[in-house]
Amino acid sequence: MIVELGHFTLLLALLVAGLQMVVPLVGAQRGWASWMAIGGPAAMAQCILLTFSFCALTYAFVTSDFSVRLVALNSHTLKPMLYKVTGVWGNHEGSMLLWCLIIALFGALVALFGSDLPDKLKARVLAVQASIGVAFLSFLIFTSNPFLRLVTPPMNGQDLNPLLQDPGLAFHPPFLYVGYVGLSMSFSFAVAALIEGRVDAAWGRWVRPWTLLAWLNLTIGIALGSWWAYYELGWGGFWFWDPVENASFMPWLISAALLHSAIVVEKREALKSWTILLAILAFGFSLIGAFIVRSGVLTSVHAFANDPERGVYLLAITGVFMGGALTLYAARATEMQAKGVFSTVSRESALVMNNVLLAVSTFVVFIGTIWPLVAEMAFDRKVSVGPPFFDAAFTPFMVLLAILLPLGSILPWKRAKLERSFKPLWTALLVAFAVFALVWTVQTGRTLLAPIGALLGSWLVVGAAADLWVRTGKGGLSNKLGRAWRLPRADWGRAVAHSGFGVTVFGIAALLAWEIEDVRTANVGDTFVVGGYQVTLLDVRDVEGPNYLSTMAEIELTKGNTTAILTPESRYYPVAGMPTTEAAISNGVFRDLYAVIGDEQADGSWAIRTFIKPFANWIWAGAIIMSLGGLLSLTDRRYRVAAGASKTRKTVPAE
Amino acid sequence: MIRVLVLWLAMATAAFAVQPDEILDDPVLEERARELSKGIRCLVCRNESIDESNAELARDLRLLVRERLVEGDSDDQVIDFLVSRYGEYVLLTPRATGANLVLWLAPVILFGVALAIALVYVRGRRDPVTDDGLSEAEKARLAKLMEE
Repeated sequence: MIVELGHFTLLLALLVAGLQMVVPLVGAQRGWASWMAIGGPAAMAQCILLTFSFCALTYAFVTSDFSVRLVALNSHTLKPMLYKVTGVWGNHEGSMLLWCLIIALFGALVALFGSDLPDKLKARVLAVQASIGVAFLSFLIFTSNPFLRLVTPPMNGQDLNPLLQDPGLAFHPPFLYVGYVGLSMSFSFAVAALIEGRVDAAWGRWVRPWTLLAWLNLTIGIALGSWWAYYELGWGGFWFWDPVENASFMPWLISAALLHSAIVVEKREALKSWTILLAILAFGFSLIGAFIVRSGVLTSVHAFANDPERGVYLLAITGVFMGGALTLYAARATEMQAKGVFSTVSRESALVMNNVLLAVSTFVVFIGTIWPLVAEMAFDRKVSVGPPFFDAAFTPFMVLLAILLPLGSILPWKRAKLERSFKPLWTALLVAFAVFALVWTVQTGRTLLAPIGALLGSWLVVGAAADLWVRTGKGGLSNKLGRAWRLPRADWGRAVAHSGFGVTVFGIAALLAWEIEDVRTANVGDTFVVGGYQVTLLDVRDVEGPNYLSTMAEIELTKGNTTAILTPESRYYPVAGMPTTEAAISNGVFRDLYAVIGDEQADGSWAIRTFIKPFANWIWAGAIIMSLGGLLSLTDRRYRVAAGASKTRKTVPAE
Repeated sequence: MIRVLVLWLAMATAAFAVQPDEILDDPVLEERARELSKGIRCLVCRNESIDESNAELARDLRLLVRERLVEGDSDDQVIDFLVSRYGEYVLLTPRATGANLVLWLAPVILFGVALAIALVYVRGRRDPVTDDGLSEAEKARLAKLMEE
């Protein structure tokens, strides 16, 4: 009964979304206030209806109602409760329902907190957002309905893919979806502004928080996925340049560009039409991402259904939204005349450079991702584009970005003097080169990768500190500290996010350069040395888990007075018939110890893989710091009080 | 990263990639083999190199690479051999020939074009009135005020 109700509210949500798409838009064109006013309540209603649908599906999973096809295919009575719940979005249909719910949630947030938006803009934003909702709800209902029943329910379910039964991956999709779908909000604002034919500073202020929210969730989602790959795949890789990863990385890169260019719109009323274009493209990359992940065109080994019908539908959604928005853009972009003027050396120019680097790197990833498809269709050449290409083609842009970033963020608006602006950065440069020299001498004779990573990382971190230092003005340390406390949170957010980038850069370089790997067979009781650690295989035994069988090894690693016991497992999930590797990791600030157990050899010994992974955690720590910076910026006072400011700006005429 | 999911369905052995019995006695050759393996695609797993993959085919290819190296092939000869056997598809680094030049040149060209557009834009945004209306004395006074 509850499942049928959920199905019913899902259909109702599509109806409401249809209304929300048409009525406010017509109202805004005709100037009918009552029609425009439908947008808010409709957005709320759509969100409530979909929340109910989602809860109904969750209920079916929690109670293991195997008469629901989706539950039978993806759940099992023995599965721990946490994974019964996360199993709701661990499949194509359920995750698509979550996706629709988040679209509606964002619409509802605009309805709730957008009371200061001009009525027409608000009506149009909600209408555009609803059109996205209509597209995805109809996709969900007509090609991937999660509420379908089975005529003869099975006794038990087929279980969730064991690889998804993991905390890291269980919460990876919701963050990613908030990120992907958050970009639909920036898109809706961009299209509404194009229909309206004007973009001003207030528009920049409204669109930025949504982009920021999307970006910081993408950051967390990608970091979770990468962390999961690190400990689950059994050899500690953290990034593979896989099409599915690139699908989430492209929106991340381009939304990073968008949230920087929106600052220029907000503060200086320049870069308007470019920012609109970025907002459209950012959501475009989200759609392309959904297409890549769910159509299976590029990764036919992906877990989600690779159903051609779904692929065509998603491609059509992408085509309609991008085609429509870009046509509108072509027609209206010339109306967005910029106001602000600035000299060649200025923060504006620095942000333009930021956008050049981030946008170009996004397109490099894009070309690399789709090249196998293009080469096969257009040139009849079957090629692979793997990590070596991306490492070579993408990394230079990030290095350049890291070099320019501290200077760019310290330059004043409008007009800057290079020598003057650089003054506070000399210390940072000095520190960075000192760190470079130190690392270089310590590691004698190995690749320059780690010293360069350390150089860039410390340049970014100390540069961010110098940025804050300058902003606290002159005077004694106590004065500065007092002012630092009162600095806008956006300033703190910027410094924190930029230093997080530095931490990640260093972590990646250090891990790649200094990793030590050892592969061997060992008998129980054997001791061997890996990277200065005494490694002993203490024991190998069979263990029974709630829904799996496990072979667990006990490995002791000793160096000086520190000892770590690692218990890597090799698990087998009988219901799904799948083995998984559970690497054992002893996390440390300066190194991770990483052990994997393999097969038993013919002579009774065991295959053992041991890694020393220096600074591995810094990669994800940096990502967390970056998203924390985003969160700080998001809570900046100017977004909380934007209400008052927008009222006064409403009367500014179109340019 | 999720690409491995279905792969796992097909393979019933634990994840291990390079097995201890594959490793060559000569550390220099082994190092070369590892480096080469990282650039060779495991054909049945699409996006994994043979160095990372647990598939049977990846193991066969790893052994093949080592066999050729032991027989004295250079790195290029090993790669040519694999390409002649399995096609260009086996390379994770696409060769910069023919149409693939588009792929390899795209980053450079894109960056050049973007930089040129940005430069034109930035120069166009310069204040047409370069004179800010201050006399030398006023400028000096302003500079002094800014210093304080």
